[in-house]
Amino acid sequence: MITVAEMLTLSGVLFALAVAGIFLNRKNIILLLMCVELLLLSANFNFIAFSRMLGDLTGQVFVFFVLTVAAAESAIGLAILVVLFRERRSINVEDLNTLKG
Amino acid sequence: MNPHLLIAIPLLPLVAAVIAGLAGKFIGRAGAHTLTIAGVAASCALSLYVLKEIYWGGAAAFNGPVYTWLVSDGVHIQVGFLIDRLTVLMMSVVTFVSLCVHVYTIGYMSDDPGYTRFFSYISLFTFSMLMLVMSNNFMQLFFGWEAVGVVSYLLIGFWYTRPSAIFANLKAFIVNRVGDFGFIIGIAAVFSYTHSLSYEAAFAAAPHIVTQTLPVFGGVNAMSLICIALFIGAMGKSAQVPLHVWLPDSMEGPTPISALIHAATMVTAGIFMVARMSPLFEYSDTALSFVMVIGATTAFFMGVLGVVVNDIKRVIAYSTLSQLGYMTAALGASAYSAAIFHLMTHAFFKALLFLAAGSVIIGMHHEQDMRKMGGLGKYMPITAITCWIGGLALVATPFFSGFYSKDAIIEAVGASHLWGATYAYWCVLLGAFITSLYTFRLLFMTFHGEERFRHAQAEHGHGHDQGHDAHGGHGVHEPHESPLVVTLPLIALAIPSVLIGYFTVGHILYGSYFGNAIQVLPAHDVLAHMAEEFHGPALLALHGFLGAPFWLALAGLGTAWLFFLKRPQLADAAARKFGWLHRLLIEKYYFDWFNENVLARLTRGVGLGLWKAGDEGLIDGAMVNGTAHSVGWFGGVVRRVQSGYLYSYAFWIVIGLAALLGWFLVRA
Amino acid sequence: MPLTGEATAVLVDILFYVFATLLVAGALGVITARNPVYSALFLVFAFINSAGIWLLAEAEFLAIVLVLVYVGAVMVLFLFVVMMLDINLTELRRGFTRFAWLGWLTALALIAEIMTVVWTRGLAGVDLSRGFVPEPAGFSNTRALGQVLYTRYAYPFELAAVLLVVAIVAAIALTLRHRPGLKSQDISRQVAVRAEDRVRLVKMAAEKRS
Repeated sequence: MITVAEMLTLSGVLFALAVAGIFLNRKNIILLLMCVELLLLSANFNFIAFSRMLGDLTGQVFVFFVLTVAAAESAIGLAILVVLFRERRSINVEDLNTLKG
Repeated sequence: MNPHLLIAIPLLPLVAAVIAGLAGKFIGRAGAHTLTIAGVAASCALSLYVLKEIYWGGAAAFNGPVYTWLVSDGVHIQVGFLIDRLTVLMMSVVTFVSLCVHVYTIGYMSDDPGYTRFFSYISLFTFSMLMLVMSNNFMQLFFGWEAVGVVSYLLIGFWYTRPSAIFANLKAFIVNRVGDFGFIIGIAAVFSYTHSLSYEAAFAAAPHIVTQTLPVFGGVNAMSLICIALFIGAMGKSAQVPLHVWLPDSMEGPTPISALIHAATMVTAGIFMVARMSPLFEYSDTALSFVMVIGATTAFFMGVLGVVVNDIKRVIAYSTLSQLGYMTAALGASAYSAAIFHLMTHAFFKALLFLAAGSVIIGMHHEQDMRKMGGLGKYMPITAITCWIGGLALVATPFFSGFYSKDAIIEAVGASHLWGATYAYWCVLLGAFITSLYTFRLLFMTFHGEERFRHAQAEHGHGHDQGHDAHGGHGVHEPHESPLVVTLPLIALAIPSVLIGYFTVGHILYGSYFGNAIQVLPAHDVLAHMAEEFHGPALLALHGFLGAPFWLALAGLGTAWLFFLKRPQLADAAARKFGWLHRLLIEKYYFDWFNENVLARLTRGVGLGLWKAGDEGLIDGAMVNGTAHSVGWFGGVVRRVQSGYLYSYAFWIVIGLAALLGWFLVRA
Repeated sequence: MPLTGEATAVLVDILFYVFATLLVAGALGVITARNPVYSALFLVFAFINSAGIWLLAEAEFLAIVLVLVYVGAVMVLFLFVVMMLDINLTELRRGFTRFAWLGWLTALALIAEIMTVVWTRGLAGVDLSRGFVPEPAGFSNTRALGQVLYTRYAYPFELAAVLLVVAIVAAIALTLRHRPGLKSQDISRQVAVRAEDRVRLVKMAAEKRS
């Protein structure tokens, strides 16, 4: 039987890997977006674990919404990425430093 | 008494002043003077009516607010009137002299382009002065005090294209600021003890305040500090040594102003204020001594200067200083009613003298130097006679009004037992001689003797360097009598100058006219002793022929006759012989030199230092620019964090998350 | 062949560990793959394994949704973009290891922190070692979720729908572009046209001047 602790551990490992992925692929926006998807996935694991443990469906409803928001986010993020690539012919984060103070 | 009636008294001149000032172009010259004269005349009539009601009608004194401006922390700041016998006397004098001056101005200023402006100013002055005297609280007193100062400033600089006028009005304003500084400290001190601005509260608290000690200058009596601070204000306004320097220069203003503001009314505000505050001053012998010594010094030494100046208006200005000194000395001797009495008689004969001098100036085509006059008596007889009347009143000829008031002051100061009374007595006594000397010098040099204007004018063409250009350009220099609007006020003022003393001395000085409007402690009550020997004004005057002041005045007359009429070369010889003394007097005891070269330079030095070190260095440099610089420097440091790279922000977020989580774990 | 409860539990555990291992391996693949296309495919793999775990946890509806939405739609979108854009991979890979140590350090720190909470410290008042109680027979996760979603969460649900519409509009608006010279119909101009805009009458001399 799956325990909550096991699910939380799995979610934590997934989260840590996603964070590490952000550090590793710091230049590639597409991979940064994928890592964000992984982060959301690990959060969803937590929701499902606690929802099942407490017998409360609210957690799963939240996962549903998180999936919705994540889909919207990746759609817009990729759209921005496409526009960006048209402008710069590159998706290298190091070319994008107009925010520099 | 009906408060609406009382409100109307100051408001009528104000309304007239506002209309004449703002709409002067629309109502024209005649409109402006008709309106303002009507306003002041109505105000004067109402004042006299109130005087009648209070003195003969037996009406009670009015003391109450008419308008509350604001209430803050239990302190009422309001317009309020205290109308008692002291106030109503001042109101009558102020409005009457003001009315005379209004009428006189029609003639004096007839050619001036600033005609309506002038009428607006003098009506505004009447309003301010009335607000000052009618006040029942320190706030309104201060308002009136400053308002008359502002109008005085505006009027001294009335001919604002003259550099000397601008210099004089600035000087008047700045010197008055020094006095006002003391005045406001006094008001603040009163406030700190009573937590109220009304006179009533201050007077009621006087016995309590006198027991307090203030921890300044090693501990001084609170009442002495309050009184001396208030008196410093009076010194500025009433031109007492050493804050007198502005008054002679104020003669740059038009002559009606010299008569109204700088002789009859505004400069007496300080005298009035001290008399009003008599319930406070009575409790401090120190302050009274201070007042007396300052007053006596002014009375004598400023009178001496009147002997050496040649400008006819300045002679009268120094005479005013001297007479103000007499009043102040009387205040110091607790003879408040004598001071107010002299204030009243002086207002009439000094206004008369000034207006007569103005008439002479008109007749001489704006020539003010007495050395270029002489023998004018036969050309302008009305002016000469009225001026003689004023002069005789000034030198305290028995039966003239000046006699009753001035002799009372000399006697009162002589009877005082305060510290410095002996010095003060000799000053005011010798002052009688000096008064007589400069007064007759003025009369002789102007109206008698050789007609010096003939060759003076031959030398100078037309000597109107002090005048405005209206009279310039024509070659006829025969002096002429002034028009009726000028001589009428002279006559109107000459009558009270002669008579008012005779008829009122019994009431005001030795009677119970003031009642409880003025408070005198029994120990100080010099006038009570004098009242015991009073047996009617006629006897008093006859007795005056035997007194030392009369003989001193006679000696002054003789000296003036000898030096300035019979043998004018003697005066020059004396001036040469006592060169150092003459020089000291010509330089006015070096007060102006000291102010300009020491005080002004010192102040400018301090100001320069504060500007460079305090303002530019500390505030601008260290604080304002320093703040900006340090923010800029800090921003320069932390902007390195803002690399602009997305990943670096992401790194910081994630590392922050990990650190925060760790912090919760460690802390819990 | 129906299994006993005990055997089911063991089987579920075994499957969980298998799926978890594959999931972690997939996630590792996502972050270390040289080619973004591989990364995307690894991510698909990870999602499928996640869906498996969710099935084991009896969150069947979400598992299906994950596969349908993510694998079927979002990841396809990712693959499209990755393949459509001409990305200079060597440039992007350069300096790959520069911050790697920081990444692994942070990851380890996070894992350590979460492990501490889950395994040693625990959450106050919550027994984390409890297993999921199996749902009763005939229980429909989809029906239960639907009942909650259309009643208590009706408004958030509507909002989510609006959000998706906004996302669609935003994505289209962002990527839409007008190329110069492109022939297209402008209906509003067609409707608003007036005769004088179309025809211009010119007065000319009847004959050419010599």
